[in-house]
Amino acid sequence: MINATLKQLSQQLATGQVSAVELANAYLGRIEALNPALNAFITVDREKTLAEALAADARRAAGQAGLLTGVPIAHKDIFCQQGWKTSCGSKMLDNFISPYSAHVIEQCQAAGLVTLGRANMDEFAMGSSNENSFYGAVKNPWDVNAIPGGSSGGSAAAVAARLAPVATATDTGGSIRQPASHCGVTGIKPTYGVVSRFGMVAYASSLDQGGVMAQTAEDCALMLNVMAGFDERDSTSLERAREDYARDLAQPLAGLRVGLPREYFADGLAADVGRIIDNAVSELKKLGAEVVEVSLPNTQLSIPAYYVIAPAEASANLSRFDGVRYGHRADEYKDLVDMYEKSRAEGFGSEVKRRIMVGTYVLSHGYYDAYYIKAQKIRRLIANDFAAAFAGCDVILGPVAPTAAFNLGEKSGDPVQMYLSDIYTLSVNLAGLPAMSVPAGFADNGRPVGLQIIGNYFGEAKMLNVAHQFQQVTDWHSKAPAL
Amino acid sequence: MSLTHQDVARIARLSRIAVTDAEIEAVGSQLNNILGLIEQMQAVNTDGIEPMAHPQDVSLRLREDAVTEPNRRDACQAVAPQVEKGLFLVPKVIE
Amino acid sequence: MKWEVVIGLEVHVQLNTVSKIFSGASTAFGAEPNTQASLVELALPGVLPVMNKAVVDKSIRLGLALDATINQKNIFARKNYFYPDLPKGYQISQMELPIIEHGKLSILVGEEEKVIRVTRAHMEEDAGKSLHEDFHGLSGIDLNRAGTPLLEVVSEPDMRSPEEAVAYAKALHTLVTWLGICDGNMQEGSFRVDANVSVRPFGQAEFGTRREIKNLNSFRFLEQAIKYEIQWQIDTIEDGGKIQQATVLFDPDSGETRMMRSKEDAHDYRYFPDPDLLPVRISQAQIDATRADMPELPGQMKARFVEAFGVSAYDAALLTSSLAQAQYFEAVAAATGQGKLAANWVNGEIAARLNRDGLDIAGCPIGTGRLAGLIVRIADGTLSNKLAKQVFDALWESELGADAIIERDGLKQVSDVGAIEKMVEEAIAANPKAVEEFRAGKEKALNALAGQVMKASKGKANPAQVQDILKQKLAQA
Repeated sequence: MINATLKQLSQQLATGQVSAVELANAYLGRIEALNPALNAFITVDREKTLAEALAADARRAAGQAGLLTGVPIAHKDIFCQQGWKTSCGSKMLDNFISPYSAHVIEQCQAAGLVTLGRANMDEFAMGSSNENSFYGAVKNPWDVNAIPGGSSGGSAAAVAARLAPVATATDTGGSIRQPASHCGVTGIKPTYGVVSRFGMVAYASSLDQGGVMAQTAEDCALMLNVMAGFDERDSTSLERAREDYARDLAQPLAGLRVGLPREYFADGLAADVGRIIDNAVSELKKLGAEVVEVSLPNTQLSIPAYYVIAPAEASANLSRFDGVRYGHRADEYKDLVDMYEKSRAEGFGSEVKRRIMVGTYVLSHGYYDAYYIKAQKIRRLIANDFAAAFAGCDVILGPVAPTAAFNLGEKSGDPVQMYLSDIYTLSVNLAGLPAMSVPAGFADNGRPVGLQIIGNYFGEAKMLNVAHQFQQVTDWHSKAPAL
Repeated sequence: MSLTHQDVARIARLSRIAVTDAEIEAVGSQLNNILGLIEQMQAVNTDGIEPMAHPQDVSLRLREDAVTEPNRRDACQAVAPQVEKGLFLVPKVIE
Repeated sequence: MKWEVVIGLEVHVQLNTVSKIFSGASTAFGAEPNTQASLVELALPGVLPVMNKAVVDKSIRLGLALDATINQKNIFARKNYFYPDLPKGYQISQMELPIIEHGKLSILVGEEEKVIRVTRAHMEEDAGKSLHEDFHGLSGIDLNRAGTPLLEVVSEPDMRSPEEAVAYAKALHTLVTWLGICDGNMQEGSFRVDANVSVRPFGQAEFGTRREIKNLNSFRFLEQAIKYEIQWQIDTIEDGGKIQQATVLFDPDSGETRMMRSKEDAHDYRYFPDPDLLPVRISQAQIDATRADMPELPGQMKARFVEAFGVSAYDAALLTSSLAQAQYFEAVAAATGQGKLAANWVNGEIAARLNRDGLDIAGCPIGTGRLAGLIVRIADGTLSNKLAKQVFDALWESELGADAIIERDGLKQVSDVGAIEKMVEEAIAANPKAVEEFRAGKEKALNALAGQVMKASKGKANPAQVQDILKQKLAQA
């Protein structure tokens, strides 16, 4: 049961083979046993979970169950959830019990999904290794010496370790795809504007996008059907007709044009990762896909552009954490300014402080044009690159990260080294495109490696189709770590 | 270019983040490394390129002028550090 | 040395929407603290701004009234600074592309008309309030006002005296209340003025260094503060000092300005486009429709009053100082066909009496119909000015019409020639000394005689007739 996909759990619940309460208990038991070693959850609340599960069973008894009613889910601790601590991985919000729920949470609750707990993450979603959490690093379930990736490391580790069948997550510069890749699970980041940001604690508003991780592409499609949709409380939420993201899963791939950006296979890509991606491409060719080479010439520039735009937006987004209305307030201070400076110095971790200061600097008087406007122009170049590439292909394939998961502590002392590892994921966020990571094999050190699939705007169903067909002929997604 | 300790102190102050004298060296050198990475942008010619603020070129949606939010003061102030008579308390504000 | 004063004003016009600019929280004034601060105003983690359409609509109306450019694409920006009444740590405002640019507003300086250029007007959110009463030495923060929509109207430094500044502020106040986009209540902060003031030697081309006086919430304070500031700057320079750019507050108790201590980061607001809000786009069709729907503006109405009712430009300006006043006047003038008389009464007795009783025209106890009734009786000679004032007093205190009061109190003017002749003859007979003086060439003696006649008639004799008949009789005898 613990290895079951959402689709299977849904069937078991529908036939009465298992109840929501039984499922919740099974996963809670597993969390209790394994989470101390993995640290994938920040908050678990058995009582609340069982209350939700009971309600789900009652709903089913009343004949009002939906497809996923009673299925347990882990929520990244970035989505505000009424009555639950919503810490965002930060000491700043360690005492913050949210008085309201995010749109994503409301949608999940309307579908009857049962909250298992709140998944660990890099503080305010800033990080690629999950070492930046106030609650301690998450361990990679495949190798506890490895990072799980970040910032949605708790979500990825939970799904990989089968502590949850599915987990919500967010992606600002790769925070869904990179941990999904490192933990061997399937993750999707939709087109910017498809999932409402209302109630999602903001890191970089023009890049942040909610998404999901599960074992299979099919599960991701079912979850996206729940999470996506217009929300008037987010001015950047797109007003589009509802779509069924699972509609094209069974389509054959014959004639699919797959673009391989030459810049994603150049120096810097580890040989073992390169081989895994090559093999995955070969599988797709066998399924009838046609490979074309494409070019994304400004890929390298995505790193500096991202590390201007994201910190700039973050520096303003995180100004609300001032110890006045909620959150951490220092114990001692001599005046108002001192209260601000101490509360924020104590409440934020060092990476968050670094990005706030970088953002403050690039926006400050005299530097705005040289940094912020310049970065926005490069952002346009990067979006143009994708537009040109998609003129000749349907999806773009490549690696998610240059290497498999590195060791805990390996890069934590050198922020710039850490930033460079985001090379294959940042461009997608700058352009606002949808992308996935799909398990595709294991590196020489035995750690999982994901294949990145990048779609055109609103190409989620197409990406999911490619991923699902790939998963019909491979079994990387169904492998679980021995725990 | 490279940030001096004074620059770092000014940025920290603008950010309202206390940085102690002991930390300033390390913070400054990390910021300088990051700014060095960012500097790569300057090598690219972006003349005539329109800055891109947002992934989609759409216009702001406007809502009708109507009161829809109830009073939720008690629930919201339950998480506040210090309140009295419905007010959030802070050290004396000097105008 | 002779000094020239240069003043520019930034006016915060609170738009009278029912809900806030970025949330559905109420904007009603005077609620219990923080009961109108929704999740958005509290800046809880994860909340987002959603723009109020009425703010755009009302801004367009002001833009058209100022004959300004409406930017069909305009952009919200974040203005970053830390302050406890600013919950997000940034104010959502407009910087590079505001909704309105290049407007103008004309004011009356003495009898002269002067055009003040309006640089721009931008939409933004108001901050909350810090209360400094005693909370054990702490300040209390009330965020009810946070998120109230403001239109900040920025003028060019075109004013050259405190009087011009006040005239401009008043003209803008008239305009926004006229358009119905602001309640104009200055005590409640619905119309707040910041004044940028500098001085320079006459003839010098460059401006002097300016100081900004913040948050003036009455026209009287505006005038007092600018006057004090001008003198302070001149004294400082003449004493060999230099003016430093600064933000100052006016203390109405001492009548002085003083530096604000909280604005030290003011030079670095780190503006950038707000990524939570997309560009506001306004169609030409919407602008055209709004233009078609605009009321007659004060300037247009003023010109029409001069033209149609023959009132002076000065009177017309007073009459159009508010829409209610202008409408009141026009109703009376139209009903009586007596524009000048109506203007005199509205600008004279009515204004004085409203002022005495602390009322505005909407609360005037004499409706337009009853004032028209009075004016008709003045015009047809039934009432002398003196009697008219008596009737006016009675109108103010009662519900009766002018005719009923005249009837009740017997105030009808006596214009019967026979009756007046009789009183004149009696007065001549009873005052031989005055008659003698008049004949000796002392014109003033005539007034004494006329006074006797008026007294005998209990003030009801038609004074013009009395004069005529007196002269006639004295010439005959």
